Amino acid sequence: MPERTATIASRSGLHARPAALFAEAAGEQSVEVTIAMQGDPADDALDAASILSLMTLGAAQGDVVVLRAEGEGAEQALDCLVQVLETDHDAE
Amino acid sequence: MQNFHGVGVSPGRIVGPVRRMPKAVTEPPSGERLDPGISAEAAVAGLKSAAQSVHDGLKARADTAAGDGKAVLEATALMARDTMLLKQAAKLINAGTSAERAIWEAGASVAEMLHNLGGYMAERATDVLDVRSRIVAELRGVPAPGIPSSESPFILVAEDLAPADTATLDPAKVLALVTSGGGPQSHTAIIARSLGLPAVVAAHGVDEVPDGSEVYVDGAAGFVAVAPSEEQRAAAAAWAETSATLAGFDGNGTTADGHLVPLLANVGGAKDAVAAAGLGAQGVGLFRTEFCFLERDTEPSVDEQAAAYKAVFDAFPGKKVVLRTLDAGADKPLPFLTDATEPNPALGVRGYRTDFTTPGVLERQLSAIARAASESEADVWVMAPMISTAAEAARFASLCAAAGLKTPGVMVEVPSAALTAAAVLREVGFASLGTNDLTQYAMAADRQLGPLAELNTPWQPAVLRLVQLTVEGSALEGNNKPIGVCGEAAADPALAVVLAGLGVSTLSMTARSLAAVGTVLKTVTLEQAQELARLALSAPGAAEAREWVRAKLPVLEELGL
Repeated sequence: MPERTATIASRSGLHARPAALFAEAAGEQSVEVTIAMQGDPADDALDAASILSLMTLGAAQGDVVVLRAEGEGAEQALDCLVQVLETDHDAE
Repeated sequence: MQNFHGVGVSPGRIVGPVRRMPKAVTEPPSGERLDPGISAEAAVAGLKSAAQSVHDGLKARADTAAGDGKAVLEATALMARDTMLLKQAAKLINAGTSAERAIWEAGASVAEMLHNLGGYMAERATDVLDVRSRIVAELRGVPAPGIPSSESPFILVAEDLAPADTATLDPAKVLALVTSGGGPQSHTAIIARSLGLPAVVAAHGVDEVPDGSEVYVDGAAGFVAVAPSEEQRAAAAAWAETSATLAGFDGNGTTADGHLVPLLANVGGAKDAVAAAGLGAQGVGLFRTEFCFLERDTEPSVDEQAAAYKAVFDAFPGKKVVLRTLDAGADKPLPFLTDATEPNPALGVRGYRTDFTTPGVLERQLSAIARAASESEADVWVMAPMISTAAEAARFASLCAAAGLKTPGVMVEVPSAALTAAAVLREVGFASLGTNDLTQYAMAADRQLGPLAELNTPWQPAVLRLVQLTVEGSALEGNNKPIGVCGEAAADPALAVVLAGLGVSTLSMTARSLAAVGTVLKTVTLEQAQELARLALSAPGAAEAREWVRAKLPVLEELGL
């Protein structure tokens, strides 16, 4: 299954506005994308489009997460979402 | 003609149509089953479509909102169609639960999970419960909870308003606020005064007045009439004229015989400070620094704080700005400072007390204040909230001295500080009475509770006596240290006269009240104010104190205050 790692760039972590932006972007993809902390089993991965799941993940600035997706367009979707995570939205 | 009597909390007379705040969504009965005529698949599809409508509605509102409000609405919109929430609900529906009950329970379990995570997540639990209510309202086909949207201006009638409601309140659309619950110190009252909207709270039964009814509201008398008389219409028209003449304050708070009582403003940030300076405020008597901290998971840096404080100081060059250090806890929780699980937050670790459990935050704030003060021309005074003992005052003064701040002070909100004012004032340079909390603690009455509205007024002779004791404590201490008032009491023109008569040296209020207080103060001599203070102290209760004093100030009736 295609996967990417990304380092959380936003100062407030994957919370508040950065989490909303990411969940919204994940919801717009043609494939379902999951998110997990690096090192956690793939079975425990959460729905990346769920803002509530992202909050429970509790990823802070500098944490590394793994994004996974399957199917047509998975590669592009993952590339796009890695970019969202690696942008510091609190600096905007 | 139907009349309602409540507590007037913000003056003004106005006639307009009623729009009711929809009632809170009631809980679907526990164990409510899916209608046997509906398949689980259809119920899940119906729930998803209701959730999507709620999402779309919130998203549309987010698109027209700005700033923090926009971000909150965007996040809330996403929660409405969140898979975690909807999957849990779908599971319950498949097990035979009705769609309404299923989303209700799913929302509760998600909210509880967030609550247990604490901090920022715990605060978002409320948003999940709000979304849940909206989805249930959508499934039932009833209006969504929250402030109604309307093309034309209206008088908002509600049981009570929450801080979150007031954030979405559009002052261009809302003419007046009327609630059946709430008290004189409730959020509804505070927001109404800061927006300059006439408001009546604790008007029992008023939330039954149908939408569209024309009503007359008198925010000074605490009176609401359905189907206004010609007289009342004329009174509203007259108010529209006098309020225009009351719009100005000449920047000189004084009694008729020239006893100076500087009138200062309560501000929460640079925008307020600039507006207050424009309205003639003679300085700032309460600069609330929470704005820098609220909605934050972590403490703002010293640089960030210093810049925010300087922006306020710069609005008042050469004038006094009294800054209150961080007042977190009770109704203002902060994830990195306060414990949301305290059984009794009003009596808990709040205000200055957060320094007991999280040392360092206060010292860093003081150094940010000192830096901002050194870079500005304002005369910066600093006070700590919720001081109870002389020892706490002494410790705060030593922290201020270490930071290089020259004028330390305390807020008098806890009755113990008023009762031992002389000892407290030996340690610091001044005191400021926070009458909202002082009233709450003196009367042991939660300021948010409607049924306790009559107890919860600074007109209570017991509260006035505590004010007097604080002033007497200053005299006893011997160095004539100033005692100000920065609670909502100072914004009531009649009470402002009483406070001046009790010997209070400055009055600080929401900037919109400066003109009314300044106008009324100029009509009495210091001796008359002292006489009115004695009268109020001698009253058997708050209602009599207010009535007796108002009867001696006919200017109030003339101006509709």
